[in-house]
This record gives sequence, structure tokens and C-alpha cells, in this order.
Amino acid sequence: MISLAGRDIHHAWGKFVLTGFGLGLLIGVTLIMAGVYRGLVEDGRALLDNSGADLWVVQKDTLGPYAEPSSLNDDIYRTVLAMPGVDRAANVTYLTMQVRKGEEDVRAMVVGIAPGLPGSAPGWPPYLIAGRQITRGHYEAVADIASGLKLGDRLTIRRNHYAVVGMTRRMVSSGGDPMVFIPLKDAQDAQFLKDNDAIWQSRRRTEANPAFNRPGVPGLLEAVIASQSTNSSVNAILVALKPEQAPDEVAESIRRWKRLTVYTRAQMEDIVVTKLIATSAKQIGMFLVILAIVCAAIVAFIIYTLTMDKIREIAVLKLIGTRNRTIAWMIMQQALALGTIGFVVGKIAATFSAPIFPKYVFLMPQDSIAGFLAMMAICMLASLVAIRMALKVDPAEAIGG
Amino acid sequence: MSKGIRIEGLKKRYGTGDTAVDALKGVDMQVEPGEVVGLIGPSGSGKSTLLKCLGAVIDPTAGRMVLGNEVIYDNGWKVRDLRALRRDKIGFVFQAPYLIPFLDVTDNVALIPMLAHASNKEARSKALELLAALDVQHRAKAMPSQLSGGEQQRVAIARGLVNRPPVILADEPTAPLDSERAMGVIRILNEMARKFETAIIVVTHDEKIIPTFKRIYHIRDGVTHEEAGEGKGIE
Ligand SMILES: Nc1ncnc2c1ncn2[C@@H]1O[C@H](COP(=O)(O)OP(=O)(O)OP(=O)(O)O)[C@@H](O)[C@H]1O
Ligand SMILES: [Mg+2]
Repeated sequence: MISLAGRDIHHAWGKFVLTGFGLGLLIGVTLIMAGVYRGLVEDGRALLDNSGADLWVVQKDTLGPYAEPSSLNDDIYRTVLAMPGVDRAANVTYLTMQVRKGEEDVRAMVVGIAPGLPGSAPGWPPYLIAGRQITRGHYEAVADIASGLKLGDRLTIRRNHYAVVGMTRRMVSSGGDPMVFIPLKDAQDAQFLKDNDAIWQSRRRTEANPAFNRPGVPGLLEAVIASQSTNSSVNAILVALKPEQAPDEVAESIRRWKRLTVYTRAQMEDIVVTKLIATSAKQIGMFLVILAIVCAAIVAFIIYTLTMDKIREIAVLKLIGTRNRTIAWMIMQQALALGTIGFVVGKIAATFSAPIFPKYVFLMPQDSIAGFLAMMAICMLASLVAIRMALKVDPAEAIGG
Repeated sequence: MSKGIRIEGLKKRYGTGDTAVDALKGVDMQVEPGEVVGLIGPSGSGKSTLLKCLGAVIDPTAGRMVLGNEVIYDNGWKVRDLRALRRDKIGFVFQAPYLIPFLDVTDNVALIPMLAHASNKEARSKALELLAALDVQHRAKAMPSQLSGGEQQRVAIARGLVNRPPVILADEPTAPLDSERAMGVIRILNEMARKFETAIIVVTHDEKIIPTFKRIYHIRDGVTHEEAGEGKGIE
């Protein structure tokens, strides 16, 4: 037996290829959408991986530091460091803001990293693609390549200028913003620094308060003002555990003894990957559903039209004794062929366009496989309309009136 | 036992109740193998209805139909697999050739034995044999759209004959052709009837070919009358 579907496609290949191409672009968009979602998850994971932390210690009862604001005193890390099982602990600040570079600015996540031996403290970029780590306590920065900054560039964060001494790759926030690492002290200033007027006004208010400004207690006013203008907050403490330590146990003891909120890697992943991007994931899910419906409608319409054009031939085929299932299979095969052409075009389009997108688009092979299977299922369903019509064709129609 | 096709008292009623139409009111007909008979009648007389009953695509309301030695219909009873019957026992030739546009000439003809589970090779060699008999073998690789009207009609006849059915039903096979080509088709049908021992029934309005039949069934108001034809114009 020859393949009727194959012959028909061969005969009308122009129509098939053009429709397949159009369908392919739609499938390409669908794959990119899935890739955007995977990119979000992957960015979240990269953020956690690159922090080098096993535990995150944050302000009590917050989902910090990535999903909610969190503020801790910067000396708590010492007591955490003293807990059994803790190998290293370091303060860290995160602040997503506009970083100026000359006339332009880029959105970046500014990470304040605690001084120490480079690489030994959690929070430091685990590897550089160029340059060196920060060695001075002030005004040096390591920037991610996605920020568009280059080695030796000068950038401005709030009022201070920094020299880019090192470059990283794929160091991004869960929102996909490139990271810029600066020394912790600078970052604390950037986060909590007040402008001169505000400092002056705050000083005036303190002076006007009789509780602080007591003629009988010299030095009190100065001490109060000094404590107001230095800031000693960080967003979180990143903790690396000694080998073979169970994160849950250490986390539990820090929670109990220090009355802080502690997240393990698994819990943090749940926050960053599940909670933080939940709305985006739903949004993308909605798009996928709509795109699937549009694909189904297109395939159904095209296969229906192609079948409509063949009503005469189908009546003749039935008259000369072709089985219904042979005819149904012919139509379904054409729908599957259309879906396959579309999928191949879509996959190629997605693969070539993914790197052009500003945020990370991660095309997972299993998404492609799932997409292909979904496409085949959609094509089968979509061909049912045409098959129904073809099966209703009366062989007597071939004989005519 | 006679071969060919025989119908007795065939009736067909469309619809029910007040709107019922009695298209056939008791038709008798007998066509022997090797014979080409004409079926003529005015518009609305029941020609197409009769052809559809003979072609096993609509069921008669009453009457008997025997094809070769096989009873097809007998007053409400019918054979189970009409589809296989059409494939194996009946050849169709239409007014328009209705070739499958996406198959080449050979496969248009070979499709019929393929549907009856012949191997591709066997089916194509049968097809080529028929195409040669109808003198279109030189167009075997062409697509239907590349053929002239007459060539298409000959391919359609080859398709009707390829399974060597005992009966061929031809519905206005000469309508789109000029008189020379029409006579050509009739000559071929007569040759094929003789060569393959086929009973051929030709429904026609075509004044040019009516004198060629030796026997004609006249149908009027759902009843047939047999007449002797002139039987001329074919050697
Ligand atoms: N499906 C149907 N339902 C109801 N009545 C029908 C149907 N098909 C045909 N008829 C009626 O049956 C009668 C015979 O019709 P038929 O088509 O057999 O005529 P015909 O001889 O082929 O005519 P023509 O030469 O115009 O094609 C007509 O009165 C027609 O209206
Ligand atoms: Mg008619």
C-alpha cells in the first residue's frame, strides 16, 4: 500500500511547508516562553548556588533576603560563627538599584561582600572570567558581564565611584539583573546612606530633644549622634557548614539559640523558585495555554480546508472500497506531518533566537520533547474535526445526481 | 447458472410519509458478461438511483440483486461487507474522471488492487497491463492534471477494470467528450467487455452514442422497458 497522506503532502508541499513555517514560528514562541520560565528558575538556582551558602540567616519571621526585606545587626555573624557545625559565616547585603556608568545606567543587584580571604567567605563570586577579586576595603567592584561593564570601567553607586577589577558570568539576581559586588562597608553605606540635608536635620532633631541634650551629661549628645549616623545593618548572614553536617540540625539550633529565622538550601529554593516567580510562572502558563489553543485552531483549520478540497476524492476513495480508517489515518498523518514540520521550524527558530533575549532563556531538551508530544496530541485532536467530516462523506456523492 | 448482473423487482423509496418519493418502482434488468447495455431516460426518471443501487452505495427498499452467483440484496437482506463488494466486484467510471490528483497515473489505477491487499509491485504491474490495453501506458508516470480529457477518461476506465470486476457501471462516461472521443470510449468499453468478460451498464443522455448499443433499457417513472438498440458504429 502506498502512503496516501505522503503522496498528498508531496503533491501540495508548497502549501504544507508554508503553513508548517507559520505554525513553526508560533511553536518557536511557545518554546521560548517555556525557556523564559526555565530561565527564571535557573536564575534563581544560580543565585543560590553562587552565594556559596548552606544556610541563610535572616531577620526573624521574614522571607529574606531575596523575597522580602530583611535586616540584621552586622555583629550577629560572630555568634553564628561560634555555633557548632558552622564552618564560615559572612554578612551580606543585597540591593537592586540603578548603577551609573558614565552617561548611562544599568539595573543591577549590588552585593556587599564581607572582607576576608577572597573565595573563603560565602557570598564572594566563586569564579571570575577576567581580572581579580576585590582586595581593597573600598571602591573596587566585580561586575557581571551581563551588566555591559568592562574591566577597568568606572561606575557610580549613589555618591561613590568604583573601579571594575573583575568580571563574572551568570551571576544574576532571581530577577535576572546582573550582579555588581562591592565591599560590605561601601554597600552598607549605599543602602543606608543619608544625604547631607537629612543628616543635618536628624542632628537638629536630636539636639532639640532634651532627653539627649543634657547639659549635666557631657558627651551624651555626641555619642547618640554617632550611633545614629553609622549604620550597622546587613540583609543576611550566609553560612557555610563543616563537611558532613546536616543543614537541618544546624539550622534548628541557630533558630532555637539565636531566635533568628534560618533557611536551608531546600527551603530557600522553595522561596526563590516557587514563591518569588509563582506569578510569572502562572503568567507564562497562561500564555502556553493560549498558544496551544491557537496552534490547535490553526492545525484544525488548515487540515479542515485541505480535507474540504478533497471531498470529491474522498467520496471516490470510499466508492472504490477504501476503508474509513484508511481515510481517517490519511488525514491524521497529514496533521501530524504539519505538526512535525512546524515543530522542526519552531525548534530551530527558538534555538537561534534564544541568545538574543535580554534575560536568560533556557531551552531544556525535556521541554522540547514534551512540546513535541503535546504538538502531536494537539494535531491529532485538531484533525478529528476534518476526520469527522470525511467519514460523513457519502460514497454515493461520487456517482452524483 | 448465469453470470453478469441481474435485478428483479427492485424498488427504492426515498424518505417516509407524505414526502416519500418512489424513485424506482420495480425494475428488472439482466446484463450478461461481455455485454454493453445503455440505460437512458428523462431527467428525474431514476437513472442515478438505479446506478447507486447497482453500485451498492444505497440500499434498495425491496427487490433482488444477484451479481455473478452471489446474492447481494434480497428484499431487505443484504450482504455484510458492501465496501469490499464495491472494491472487488464493481468498477466505476464517471462523467468526470475523478482521478486522485496526488497520485500518478499508474498509482491511480494500482490503488484499487492495493486496497484489496495486493503488493505494490503486483498492483502496479496489473495497472500497467490495463494502461497498455487502453493505450495510455506512455503517460504512466504523469500526474492526472497533465493529461488530456480523453486520456484521463481512459485512465479512469483502466481503474474501473483493473480488479477485473464482473460489472462496470459507467455514469455519463462520454458527456465531456466530443463525438470522436466519445465513440473512442464506447469502442474501448466494448473491447474491454469482450476481453475481460465484463457486464457494462452505461447511463447516458448522449445522442451520439445511443445508436451503438445492441440493447437499451429505457427507464421512465421508475420502471424500465427493454428495447433492442441499433448496435451500430462499433465493429
Ligand atoms: N436523496 C434523495 N432523496 C429524495 N428524493 C430523491 C433523492 N435522490 C433522488 N430523488 C428523487 O428520485 C427521483 C429519481 O432521481 P434520480 O436522481 O435517480 O434521477 P435521474 O434519472 O438520475 O435524473 P437526471 O437525469 O436529472 O440525473 C427524482 O424524483 C428525485 O427527485
Ligand atoms: Mg442522474
